[in-house]
Amino acid sequence: MISPAIHVQEAAFRELRRQRRNATLIGGAVLLVCLLVAARVSEFYPSSLIAGAPRIGEYFAKILPSLEWSKLFAGTGTEGSIAFWLYRLDAWALLLLETAQMAALATLGGAAVALLLAFPAAKNLGAPGWVFQLARRFLEATRTVPEIVFALIFVWAFGVGALAGILAIALHTTGALGKLFADAMENVEMRPWDGIRATGATWFEACRFAIAPAALPDLLSYALLRFEINLRSASVIGFVGAGGIGEELYKVISFNYYEEISAIILLVILAVVAIDMTSERLRRRVIEAVA
Amino acid sequence: MLEIEGLTRRFGSVKAVDGVSLSVPAGQMVGVIGRSGAGKSTLLRLINRLTEPTEGRILFEGRDVTKLRGKDLRDWRTGCAMIFQQFNLVQRLDVLTNVLIGRLNHRHGVLAKLGSLLCQFSPEERAMALSTLERFDLLSTALQRSDTLSGGQQQRVAICRALMQQPRIILADEPIASLDPRNARTVMDALAQVNKRDGITVLVNLHHLDTAREYCTRVVAMQQGRVVFDGAPSELNAARITQIYGISEAEFQAEAAAAVKAAPDFDLPRQSALA
Repeated sequence: MISPAIHVQEAAFRELRRQRRNATLIGGAVLLVCLLVAARVSEFYPSSLIAGAPRIGEYFAKILPSLEWSKLFAGTGTEGSIAFWLYRLDAWALLLLETAQMAALATLGGAAVALLLAFPAAKNLGAPGWVFQLARRFLEATRTVPEIVFALIFVWAFGVGALAGILAIALHTTGALGKLFADAMENVEMRPWDGIRATGATWFEACRFAIAPAALPDLLSYALLRFEINLRSASVIGFVGAGGIGEELYKVISFNYYEEISAIILLVILAVVAIDMTSERLRRRVIEAVA
Repeated sequence: MLEIEGLTRRFGSVKAVDGVSLSVPAGQMVGVIGRSGAGKSTLLRLINRLTEPTEGRILFEGRDVTKLRGKDLRDWRTGCAMIFQQFNLVQRLDVLTNVLIGRLNHRHGVLAKLGSLLCQFSPEERAMALSTLERFDLLSTALQRSDTLSGGQQQRVAICRALMQQPRIILADEPIASLDPRNARTVMDALAQVNKRDGITVLVNLHHLDTAREYCTRVVAMQQGRVVFDGAPSELNAARITQIYGISEAEFQAEAAAAVKAAPDFDLPRQSALA
């Protein structure tokens, strides 16, 4: 025997489900319209996509190395060998190292400034209004401007070379990481904060002892992710004369040295994989360690 | 002597603490009891100034502490240490550093302050922290991460941190509500020992009347932000409880325990940063 109350609840459940379904449908429709408008405005036409798509394949076919099984491990002089494909490996490795150094320096410098600014930019830590606003707005400004724009400015100021690239990436990193750091700090459990404030410690001491240890694993994984991103940025930023492997990449692209493009891209991908594998290990160790 | 005069705190239209006046002579061990939402936590947080009063004054040895700012306010907080229901230790730091945090406001000068931020404490400070840990049978845990300790141990670490402040008063907000009976006893014993041996005034929020009767020399009962009883624990018998709260003592305890367990996160607005 099913009581009337159960029928009432069942009906209420159905009604609720119907409402949710409607809400999802309406939301989906609105999203679709927005997408279509956006595509129209940005001239993203399916026709040009279909027309152009095969040419992407063509380009990839061109940049792929022509390797031959029989000659794969032959010397630099033999066409079809790996050594022939990567014939400038020594120079590229050196450039890639320079690029990685640029990325590492920029990440370290940017993360250090980001860390200092994240404390006042975290809402829950209650920095004075104007300091909070200043920190937030500065972080926004630095992360909104693309690093390539900063690079152009710094190349103009400091001349062609890695310094301009490092500064440009560091500045963008400060903005991007500062925001993520502040968000991570806002998610930190606040009980230790009360505990430390109640001892008469200063705001800085409470930041250091209540927030930093708890946020550390998150901060580290954001910084390491940023290191990967910065390696990519450092590879591209050379296009405007800011050092690293980017200058070489720009050259081989503009001279249509097709096989060299794929060789350089492969090296960059390998470097990113190496960073990813190391960073995961580092993160594990920090999570388990005493802060 | 701690004197509270007409202390009131409003949250919106609710008066969490409503015109409380109390005077606590030095060295007393006072139990504050009441149902959940009676304003006990807010009262203690007001005294430490983690929460700002809407009206009223707090005087300590004749000095008004309600208007203190900056360094004076921090010195006052150092003088009235707080113990929390959830211990409020830094989970990822070792026990020793957690205890040394109690010394932060005793370090003067720019160099010492910078050293604090780099976790550099002097051998004397470490010796002081270690001997405090030894006193509460925690010496062997000094280098462990504090989240590896049991609740009772963590609360005793919090008491060590409080003692490092060399306070005149300890404010304990439901210190044993999250602990099993055996650990609750070690923590209450530690608080009683601190009160007797070091002569520190202790104000402790409790929901368990038997605990208040056993450990405290004076009991203050609160109801809807007001003090409704203030006297010796022996006067607060079952009949008196029923008269004050309209329910039996067993019901009172069951209700308070359930409320404390259900809402351990008593999230009150915090004071602004650089106070």
